[in-house]
Amino acid sequence: MTIAITHLSRRFAEFRALDDVSLSIAPGEFVALLGPSGSGKTTLLRILAGLDFPDSGELTQDGRDLLRVSARDRGVGLVFQHYALFRHMTVFENVAFGLRVRPRARRPSKAEIADRVDRLIKRVQLDGLAQRYPAQLSGGQRQRVALARALAIEPGLLLLDEPFGALDAQVRISLRRWLRHLHEELHLTTVFVTHDQEEALELADRVVVMNRGRIEQVGTPEEIYQQPATPFVFEFIGKSNKLPVRIQNGRLVAGDQRLDADGLDGAADAGAIAYVRPEHLALTPTPLESGWRATVRHIYLAGSIAHVELDVPSLGQSLEAELGGEEAQRRALQPGAAVTVQPRHLTVFPIDGKTGEPDPERRRVAHPRYGQAALARWR
Amino acid sequence: MARRVLPGFGLSLGYTLAYLGLIVFLPLAALAVKASGIGMAGLWKTISAPPVLAALRLSFGAALLSAVINAAVGLLVAWVLVRYTFPGRRLVDALVDLPFALPTAVAGIALTALYAPNGWIGSWLAPFGIKVAFTSLGVLVAMIFVGFPFVVRTLQPVLEALDRDVEEAATSLGASRLQTFVRVLFPLLLPALLTGFALALARAVGEYGSVIFIAGNIPMKSEILPLVIVKQLEQFKYADAAAVGVVMLVLSFLLLLAISLLQRWSRRWAER
Amino acid sequence: MAAVVSAAPLRRHRPIGRRLVHGLLIGVALGFLLLFLLLPLAAVFVEALRKGLGTYVAAIVHPEALAAIELTLLVAVIAVPLNTVFGVAAAWAMTHFDFRGKALLGALIDLPFSVSPVVSGLIYVLLFGAQGWFGPWLQAHDIKLIFAVPGLVLATIFVTLPFVARELIPLMQAQGSDEEEAARVLGASGWQIFFRVTLPNIRWALLYGVLLCNARAMGEFGAVSVVSGHIRGLTNTLPLHVEILYNDYNYAGAFAVASLLALLALVTLCLKTFLEWRYGSELAARAPRGH
Ligand SMILES: Nc1ncnc2c1ncn2[C@@H]1O[C@H](COP(=O)(O)OP(=O)(O)OP(=O)(O)O)[C@@H](O)[C@H]1O
Ligand SMILES: [Mg+2]
Repeated sequence: MTIAITHLSRRFAEFRALDDVSLSIAPGEFVALLGPSGSGKTTLLRILAGLDFPDSGELTQDGRDLLRVSARDRGVGLVFQHYALFRHMTVFENVAFGLRVRPRARRPSKAEIADRVDRLIKRVQLDGLAQRYPAQLSGGQRQRVALARALAIEPGLLLLDEPFGALDAQVRISLRRWLRHLHEELHLTTVFVTHDQEEALELADRVVVMNRGRIEQVGTPEEIYQQPATPFVFEFIGKSNKLPVRIQNGRLVAGDQRLDADGLDGAADAGAIAYVRPEHLALTPTPLESGWRATVRHIYLAGSIAHVELDVPSLGQSLEAELGGEEAQRRALQPGAAVTVQPRHLTVFPIDGKTGEPDPERRRVAHPRYGQAALARWR
Repeated sequence: MARRVLPGFGLSLGYTLAYLGLIVFLPLAALAVKASGIGMAGLWKTISAPPVLAALRLSFGAALLSAVINAAVGLLVAWVLVRYTFPGRRLVDALVDLPFALPTAVAGIALTALYAPNGWIGSWLAPFGIKVAFTSLGVLVAMIFVGFPFVVRTLQPVLEALDRDVEEAATSLGASRLQTFVRVLFPLLLPALLTGFALALARAVGEYGSVIFIAGNIPMKSEILPLVIVKQLEQFKYADAAAVGVVMLVLSFLLLLAISLLQRWSRRWAER
Repeated sequence: MAAVVSAAPLRRHRPIGRRLVHGLLIGVALGFLLLFLLLPLAAVFVEALRKGLGTYVAAIVHPEALAAIELTLLVAVIAVPLNTVFGVAAAWAMTHFDFRGKALLGALIDLPFSVSPVVSGLIYVLLFGAQGWFGPWLQAHDIKLIFAVPGLVLATIFVTLPFVARELIPLMQAQGSDEEEAARVLGASGWQIFFRVTLPNIRWALLYGVLLCNARAMGEFGAVSVVSGHIRGLTNTLPLHVEILYNDYNYAGAFAVASLLALLALVTLCLKTFLEWRYGSELAARAPRGH
């Protein structure tokens, strides 16, 4: 049951909520739609559920045109952003609804319905709450009722819109593990929306990063974190330092430094934006020839990681670095200390001459080479 | 490719439009056509006839005055109902809707009985030479009665939704109670007050049942516009009746427009 | 809201002037309500019983009065359900779909509220009366709408048209379409969505609208007076009967019949207050007593 989304666009008046979105979802996959507020996640989900329709583009399931199938017949399980529980029905009635409204020919018997609903209620760990009304439940409980209600119709595709959005951090974490188990147990295909990157990276097989109605990148959580494809993904996921640099004769010019680097072969001379993750900045108190001179402005320990804020005069900006807490102590890093900073891994987006924007198509990953001697002293 | 997700669009909208078309649109079109049959000059001639003009003046003058009075009293009553507790408040609150619920003919004869020279109130006023029933003053009284709930009912929710902190902020900034009311509360209440005023005005202008009993219906003195229409109908002057009807209708449209503009204006703070 | 009674307990004394002002405001407001609203109501019952219970009962069981009661009920029984169905349909269309001219449609639904009752009657006379658009055709086929029961029903429908829609539209707007959409995704048909999801959520507001619609339908005077022709025992509703008795100087009779209508008003007010008190939150989107 492969779902193919091709060149989907949806406009509200002149505003593009979805702009040429293409994606395919394999059977049994757990896909996260990740993006900032207003990026079109809910819109895409609603189109998948048949609650909205695109202005152009196609949506097929194993070659069958889904846009011709009404929401009623799609057999999709949808958990709404705000649950949309029927407030005048008990938990039991909510969960049973999808079975009770079936045409008589396909409707299970009363006993069968009761049996299935009971099992579902147990499965979502709401035993004993079957006769409560939604208003008498906590947020996490409501969330699970919504899930049980969606599962009752035995959907081939489960869609969840920010399923943990309204819950506190503790409940979120336990519920999302539980959801992952459920997904595996029931062999569902699941698409869920979130704007919490941690949630997406932890849960999903594949993450779809969305921004302003477009897909920025699709990949496994590792790929998304390790190899962000666009400046947006870099800034949205994880922490990173953003530097203005220049590519010149296959070298990287940044501040007063001219770095020899792998990965820049054949790159045309241009201005560029470089991103460096904090853990890819190496610090040493020893003054070195290559690397920026910097002063430690602030340092704090979060668990086993030390976060270091650096003033770099030659770049005219500050950088953030991370290193192991012990290492930081060993190096005697203190506020005011002078250090040398060497980037080990930069992602460079040359600036397009016409648009003046960084161009993801010409993205390069650069690994600067530092003199062997320097390196030896450094270790 | 936009499609409707929930079913029943065609059925519900079709039914709504057909029903409105038959019940509201078609008859109004008949009125417009009938009135236009006599032409602009004819229209002008009809409404500038002295009895019609006098009725027009009385209907709008009295309605305007009644709406002003209702705005003032309505503000007071809404304030008292929302801000103060006293025994029987719920009862009083329910009572405010009485003019909505009481059939106008009943209100008309009851008011007449009260304000007639030998009535409960009329006999008190008679010694001062004040005559209410069978004068234009009676028209005003009836109009105040029927228009009363509008201002209270539009102000109440706004007053209830007002945050106390706004007042407290004003007080802590050194404003007196009166200053707080005039400078802070009144501007916040003004849109709702004006809306209620316009609604009361619209109702009073068109009112018929409660007014005709108490007015005495003396031509040129205490005859209201709707009564003019009724009389013209009784004399089979359909075109004239239609002409006056159109004038009333246009005036109420203008009022309606004013109300909707007011409501848009009053929502300008809420939008965010 | 309990400003007077339960304000800050730490406050040692309250300025006597402030208390005086409160008392004065309450006094003036209550005085006005008493004089202007309660007194007319009391007058109806006092006048009705002035000539004793015998006269009262006689006026009510008079055949013409009974005929008027019957006609009033008949008109309401036709007009109210029609307008209820209309209100539900209009609210469904207005709140679940986007279409061009929606604002205009909303204004048109409200229109009858701002039309003078007399004009409401007039337009039907101009449409169906002897000299109206359809007059000649109707006469040729010997159908009488004006000065007959159908005219009364039509005028009443016009006057009470907005009541149910007015209650439902803001409520359904506030509730949104989420639950309906959830039901759709779960496989419900249109009628299933309406009867199982929408109706339970709007039932009290619907009842509220029907209540007001009914009160107005039974009490309407101006519009029906224009189309009725005042044929005793045939086209007189209760309010029209009150007028006839009153114009015959039969005051006791007029007030006796009027007291029936006043009772109807009181019952309506009681039910309305009860609904607001008991189900206030389910009517909440309605303007008056919000959150
Ligand atoms: N019915 C609508 N009419 C007009 N604009 C809409 C409509 N629905 C969505 N939009 C717009 O489309 C954009 C995408 O909306 P969408 O709900 O898909 O965002 P989202 O990614 O789900 O955001 P969030 O994380 O806040 O839920 C938003 O800018 C929104 O304002
Ligand atoms: Mg969303």
